[in-house]
Amino acid sequence: MERPAWAPRSIDISVPSVSRIYDYYLGGSHNFEVDREAARKAMEFMPGMPKIMQANRAFMRRAVRFAAGAGITQFLDIGSGIPTFGNVHEVARAVAPEARIVYVDHDPVAVAHSEAVLADVDTADVVAADLRKPQEILASSRLERLIDLNRPVALLLVAILHFVEDADDPYRAVAELRDALAPGSLLILTHASYEGIPVPAERAEGAVDVYKDIRNPLIMRSRDEIARFFEGYEMVEPGLVPMPLWRPESAPEDEDPYAFSGFAGVGRTA
Amino acid sequence: MSAEPDGPEDRLRRLTTIWSRALYPVTSTSATRAEFEDRLLPLAGRLSGLLRARGFDAAGARAVGAALVEAHCTDPEALTRTLDCVDAYLVLYCGADDPQDELRLRSSRLQHAMAAGYAQALRERTLAEQEAIAQAALRAQGVVAQALHASEARFRAVFEGAAIGIGIADLDGTILQVNGALLRMFGLTDQALRGRRVQDWTHPEDAPQTWRLYDELVSGDREHYHLEKAFNRPDGTVLWTNLTVSLLRDADGEPQYQLALMEDTTERRLLNLRLRYEATHDALTGLPNRTLFFERLEKALGAGEGQRFGLCYLDLDGFKTVNDSLGHAAGDRLLVEVADRLQSCATAPGEMVARLGGDEFVALTTGPGTERTVDELAERIMNALVTPISVDGRDLMVRGSLGIVEGPAGERTAAEVLRSADITMYRAKSAGGNRFELADPEADARAITRHGLTTALPTALERGEFFIEYQPLVHLGDGSVRGAEALVRWLHPQHGVLGPDRFIPLAEHTGLIVPLGRWVLEESIRQARAWRERHGTEPGAGPLRINVNLSPCQLGHPRLVQDTVEILERAGVTPDALCLEVTESALIGADDDLLKPLRRLSEMGVDIALDDFGTGYSNLANLRRLPVNVLKLDRSFTQGMQQFPADPVDLKIVEGIVSLAHSLDLAVTVEGVETGAQAEQLRILGCDTAQGWYYARPGPPERLHDLALVDATG
Repeated sequence: MERPAWAPRSIDISVPSVSRIYDYYLGGSHNFEVDREAARKAMEFMPGMPKIMQANRAFMRRAVRFAAGAGITQFLDIGSGIPTFGNVHEVARAVAPEARIVYVDHDPVAVAHSEAVLADVDTADVVAADLRKPQEILASSRLERLIDLNRPVALLLVAILHFVEDADDPYRAVAELRDALAPGSLLILTHASYEGIPVPAERAEGAVDVYKDIRNPLIMRSRDEIARFFEGYEMVEPGLVPMPLWRPESAPEDEDPYAFSGFAGVGRTA
Repeated sequence: MSAEPDGPEDRLRRLTTIWSRALYPVTSTSATRAEFEDRLLPLAGRLSGLLRARGFDAAGARAVGAALVEAHCTDPEALTRTLDCVDAYLVLYCGADDPQDELRLRSSRLQHAMAAGYAQALRERTLAEQEAIAQAALRAQGVVAQALHASEARFRAVFEGAAIGIGIADLDGTILQVNGALLRMFGLTDQALRGRRVQDWTHPEDAPQTWRLYDELVSGDREHYHLEKAFNRPDGTVLWTNLTVSLLRDADGEPQYQLALMEDTTERRLLNLRLRYEATHDALTGLPNRTLFFERLEKALGAGEGQRFGLCYLDLDGFKTVNDSLGHAAGDRLLVEVADRLQSCATAPGEMVARLGGDEFVALTTGPGTERTVDELAERIMNALVTPISVDGRDLMVRGSLGIVEGPAGERTAAEVLRSADITMYRAKSAGGNRFELADPEADARAITRHGLTTALPTALERGEFFIEYQPLVHLGDGSVRGAEALVRWLHPQHGVLGPDRFIPLAEHTGLIVPLGRWVLEESIRQARAWRERHGTEPGAGPLRINVNLSPCQLGHPRLVQDTVEILERAGVTPDALCLEVTESALIGADDDLLKPLRRLSEMGVDIALDDFGTGYSNLANLRRLPVNVLKLDRSFTQGMQQFPADPVDLKIVEGIVSLAHSLDLAVTVEGVETGAQAEQLRILGCDTAQGWYYARPGPPERLHDLALVDATG
């Protein structure tokens, strides 16, 4: 959480939360009317929003399987949100039963929900922390219990960096995390962008404004800007591409046009 | 999977593909199409079974509906598409050869049951998820509330326990909350303070900007301010605080409250005031002291154009006598009374009286009209001292000497003004006291020069600022140069060449005459040797002798003989080359102890000349016992011989003196010879040697050399 522990921000569920909006897009009911209202408003501009989220989930699923297939058994998912179906730990353990997963989120409701879901899961845990303060994440005792930073880790930054404003220096945060990872670690990343959206940018802006209104601005970055997050990583084939094009398991032409919004990629540390 | 073409399995797969294709776009699944289809296949199989089962299995159909929800088909559109698909294709692909009417009826009933099962499952899932998220929100709130509670408790403890006063008010100024420290500072109860308004706390000593800063803060134009502020306590005392007020804004940045932090500085302020008072006032009389006076004087001197100042510097006459005869306690009481009287003399704005120390007081008047007011002030002061002061039952007459300085601001420094006042006061004192004098730049300059020369003397010797000029002594009989008198000069860096009359008395006064005299002796002896080396072999030229003046102070110095002998020996010069000139007045009443060194020197061969002879009240009979070889007649005797004919009385006197001297075996030298007639007259009267402008003015040693050469050849 952003505020020091001795003075936490109070929880106001009358304010929409991006985690719960995301859940709503994915057909879940882990959300409140304020969340749904914001989601519906965004969908007025971009009706295919849910498809973007679904493509995110599908990419994450493929990337996690890829990581597990490459022998990685440690997963650090920052910005995990409300754990709905097809979670990292479910996907990873289907391939590698010994996999260990640490979720990180700064939304206290998402964290509380994650704690409930993971109550009986010994090999997964959740940390309340903020991507903008990587050292707090890395120093957390819950992370220490499950993840050995001397061995490769799959770091998931799925649909989170576009919520970090430049003023908070997301590149520094990503670099700090990279520096803490052992060689052979993977960065699994997706990021929103005006590039690839099947509606005019002015229309997409309407959806972006909704996030601005709920004080969780969505920072749209160009492909080049997104590529810079992979500094110090070697891109895994096919590189930084629209989500459906990353190691597809079904014909991309069957995908909804909205699924091509933004970029996804996986990088490996040397 | 190898299915027999158009066999039951193949037909089931085809049904599933159609179903999946219809359903996939409206699901939220992250599974691929193929995975999704694989998931639907068993459901299609079950539907097929239910279609052809003997009895209608509603539960089975409901389970299929529920399974859709489990496959994340939570959008009701998924049900519509599913029912459309079942309605259109289930009988077609899975009906086999059973009677169509029955199959259609069964399909229809299955659809009803599936819909019910889907609705039921979706409802349950929705409720469960709503429950889960609500619980999560509650737990999160609980955690936050707990942390908030702990933090609030900590803040409350800080608020209550803080040593500084803390108060919160709304933007109208209504006080909402204060802590214990603030209540104690104000000496008020919580009830008495709560609900009062900040604006009620004006105080006469509020700094001018106080309430402007306040207005700026509550209107949101200023985030905080800091100042010293006084408050009235209910008991009538004043609370002084170091006050910091900050604006508190809400999450949207809107001004909401004002927060005041205050530190009680009353004690510190009192202490500061007392320390300041003690540092600036005289403990005995309570008058401002030198420090405060200088501050005020500097302020007056720094005032703008048109502003003037007037200063009276008072020193009591004969105060030391009071102290010595009646004791210090009496002296102190006298000073206290004088201070009181002076204080009553300077009551107008811009006037002050201070005690500089001892019995020295100053009174200052400032403003545009001090030319007039300073005189009035001086009058009042003199009048105030007229009435005798009663100390220990005695009426003491108090007199004072007053120096007055008046002038425009901005021209002089405080130190210069005070020095001028001091000098002027001394003039009043040396004029007999009990009077005042006005500062006079010329008198100041004289005193300042005298003072400056005295302080510059020691370094002048170190820096070699002294030099010697020589005035020849000429034999009246043959006109030959017999020697020279060494006359010391000071080449002052600012004042130029100064004669001995300007600094010898100062050197006498400070004792510097001893090293200075020794230096003159050394230099002169060195010069004497140079002359002797040059002229010693020349025919007809007698040995040149050097005359050096001895001051009374040197005369009494215990090392006189020793130093002189050493200097002569070091230079390799015989004692007969030296003549020491001693003034007549220095030898008046001299006892044997004082004469002994002169006698020793005389015995060694050093000539002793009695300088300025005839100006003191010399006992002629005394001449006999003095170790003197030469009499130097004062110029006053020869002045009368400058005109022709000479004053006969002067002639008689000189003749008598010469006759007396010669009978005592003393040579006679005359000073101040300025004309040839004078020289001739003196020669006739029998004087031996002469010096004066007629022969040569004092000059550098080379000039004497030239003179001697002229003399030798001429």
